[in-house]
This record gives sequence, C-alpha cells and structure tokens, in this order.
Amino acid sequence: MKKSKTILKDERFALTIDRLCHQLIEKYDNFENTCMIGIQEGGVLMGDRIYARLLAILEVEKLDYGKLDITFYRDDFRTRTKPLKASSTEMNFLIEGKQVILLDDVLYTGRSVHAAMTALQHYGRPENVELMVMVDRRFNRHFPIQSDYVGLTIDALDEAYVKVEWAENGKDKIKLIA
Amino acid sequence: MATELSTKHVLGIKYLNAEDIQLIFETADNFKEVINRPIKKVPSLRDVTIANLFFENSTRTRISFELAEKRLSADVVNFSASSSSVKKGETLLDTVNNILSMKVDMVVMRHPAPGAHFFLSQHIDANIINAGDGTHEHPTQALLDAYSMREKLGDLRGKNIAIFGDILHSRVALSNIFCLQKLGANVRVCGPPTLIPKYIEKLGVSVSYNVKETLRWCNVANVLRIQLERQDIKYIPSIREYAQYFGITKSMLDDLDKEIVIMHPGPINRGVEITSEVADSEHSVILDQVENGVAVRMAVLFLLASKR
Repeated sequence: MKKSKTILKDERFALTIDRLCHQLIEKYDNFENTCMIGIQEGGVLMGDRIYARLLAILEVEKLDYGKLDITFYRDDFRTRTKPLKASSTEMNFLIEGKQVILLDDVLYTGRSVHAAMTALQHYGRPENVELMVMVDRRFNRHFPIQSDYVGLTIDALDEAYVKVEWAENGKDKIKLIA
Repeated sequence: MATELSTKHVLGIKYLNAEDIQLIFETADNFKEVINRPIKKVPSLRDVTIANLFFENSTRTRISFELAEKRLSADVVNFSASSSSVKKGETLLDTVNNILSMKVDMVVMRHPAPGAHFFLSQHIDANIINAGDGTHEHPTQALLDAYSMREKLGDLRGKNIAIFGDILHSRVALSNIFCLQKLGANVRVCGPPTLIPKYIEKLGVSVSYNVKETLRWCNVANVLRIQLERQDIKYIPSIREYAQYFGITKSMLDDLDKEIVIMHPGPINRGVEITSEVADSEHSVILDQVENGVAVRMAVLFLLASKR
C-alpha cells in the first residue's frame, strides 16, 4: 500500500509561487523581449498561476506566454504504457532572439524538458532558455539538464512519485507518494 | 483502453477489431490538433523509412499518405508502377524484397489484385498498410469516412448509413460496410441491381434500389463513383440514364425534412452520382473527409510504428 504525504500546501505554497515570481522580476525586470512557455499539461497549470501573479504584481495587461505540447516530441513513445493523450499547443509568437523561460511542474528525468527544447527549435533561435520548476527531484536525472528557479527540492527514491496539485482541480499542494 | 493495435499490418478492416478502430480514432483526434498547429510537423517517426508503392493510379490517397508520413518526419520513397521494373516482368515479391533490402520499415501499397497485401504480409517483415487492393478493401478510406461521420454524429451505434452507387466494383464500399458494422451502425446499399453484388445481404446489410426512399432512411449518404475503368461489360445502359435514376439532386435533399450528411470518397463525377449543388451544399463534408484523411493516416502510421 502506497502512502501519500503532503509536503507543501496553503500559505507556504502561495509564498513559493510569489517567491518564484519575484525571482523572475529580479532577473527580467519588465519582461522586455522575454516570453514564458508552459509545458503541457502540468507546466501549463503552473504557468497560468505564475502568469496571473506576474500580471498582478507588475500591473500590466499582457506578457508573452505560450503553451507547448510535447507528446509527439518524446523519445519514449514506443515504450508508453498509457494511451496517447496530447494537449493543444498555443504559441502565437516566435522565440527568435528572445529570452525564454520554460515552466514545468516536476523536473525528474529531464526527458520532458529535453523534448520541449526539441519542440522549441521550430519556433526560432532563442537568445537563451531558462527553466523554472515547482519541484526539482535531484539525483534522478537521465540528461544533463538543471533548473534555474526551483519551488521545492525533493530528494526521493526512484519508486516514489511526486505530484503537484492545483486549485483548478482540487487544492494547491505537493504530494509525495511512496 | 488498449494502447496498441492488435495487428502488425492494416490489410483490411476485416482484420481489425472495434477496439483497434476506437484507438485509431482517438489517436487521430490528437493528430488533427497537430495538423492545425502553426508548426504541423512532429518528429515521432524520424527513424522510420516508408515506401509508398502504387501499382495503380491515385492522387488523393497518395498525397494524403505522403503528407501524413512527412508530418510525422518519416523518410519517404515513392514508387509508381508505370515508371518501374514491373514493366520488365519482375514479380511483386521480388520488387518488394528489393526495396526492403534497402532497409525500409513500412510499406504503403495500392495494387490492382485483391489480396496482394495479404500475400505480401506472409512473406515480408515490414508493416504493410493497404491503400487499396483491387475491388477488395481500402481500409484507411473507411476509417476516415467513419471518423468524419463520428465527428458529425457522435457515436455511430444505431445510426443509419447508406452507401450509394457502384457497390460491385468498390473497395471503399466493402471496407465501409465492415467498419460501420464494427462500430454498431446499420448499413444499407443502394444502386442499380447490376451493380449490387449477389448475396450481399449475407454481410448483414440491407439492399434498396430506390434512392429517394433510402435518403429518407439514412443519417449519412456515402456516395460512390461509377468505376467505368473496372467494368468489363455494360452494367448500366448509359451514364446519362444512371444520373437520371440514381443521381442525387438538390431537390431530393430539399424534400427531406431532416439533417443529412453527404459524403463522397472522390473523385467526384459532378452531374452523375451527385450534382454540383449537392457536392457544394452545407450537407456535404467531402472536404472535411480529405482533411481527416491525413489525421487518420498519421494515426495508423504512428500506431503501427510504435509496434516496431
């Protein structure tokens, strides 16, 4: 029987989101020539939240924000065990010469981020790409990929499963299932 | 739900089960979204080489397959019988084996002989997709037809689908019958008695020789072309007479007091099996069928490739 434990919720969850926003503002100031891209689907839920908070903090109408589906860019489609389920890609801008912030909920093996960077190639040559994640599971990486902004670092065994839940479909929390 | 097909080849709808068809449809939904993105190409099949072997003429199917392959980033080689060594007397198996020695992973083939794909599947290792074999089957066409119907009507269980025209020479008709029945629809064929195969009721379809009555019965009218090139004897007195008795016209649709979906696998002979007003009317989903064709073929290729 697997046990599930909540390791981040409520105020601390909200504080973490705010901290991540301020870290971005510290680096990107007013987000000139900068775009944010959420990776479907977890990264988009996180992206939506960060995006909404940034608009509120910066008191602006709009920033460049896109949603990227990477289902068909994954290198492990032949070994999948679940039915294919793609989401939509909504990228209404090119990233040529821009600073890109990729967002995902959990950084684990690095395969999603790897696939996302392959997918990004179609949208131009970015000036640079940074990665923001809600949870970074160190020590489980398959690729030399690291995050630049982290909500929470978790050291867990390979068998464990980390899940980020959002208020949109329940409550804001990070769960460790082991 | 299943995550992969039960077969290694798509030789005909006869060899697929209802779960396979559902899986293809759900995968096609994903690809339909992909081909409507600004960047239509995904790299899923970048390590796969596909040979398109067309021993019979084709425009739509061939372009549709080629686009599907290219949008999945597969490497593609094309071959048509008119410009090949087939003319020099090489057998089918030799031709295909020669192509496979160059490390081809999948074969998409159209061939005039019914059963050519089945024969090939017993001798070679590559995945085979039937793009039409004589008057036998054309599975991807039936899949895209059913997919387009599903898009319009939702679940096809209990829906009435009529197939009009030259049933005798049509591989699309046979594949459609198998596919729609597996999805739980009621199928009726309608055409001149000479162009309806004897004993077709044994497949579980009903037969009608009356166009108006059949139009009243059905939710979807799938209209086929008269395949003069396959007709060795006169089955109908003249095209003009066929158009008079079996052509579908705007006034027939106006008389119906209901929604109807008009489909046609192409090529259309305007003014024969349907008039231009019908083909271009709001009932017609003919061009949606073409769009869905690419998505459905991408799904079939993708699902077969993931079995490699």
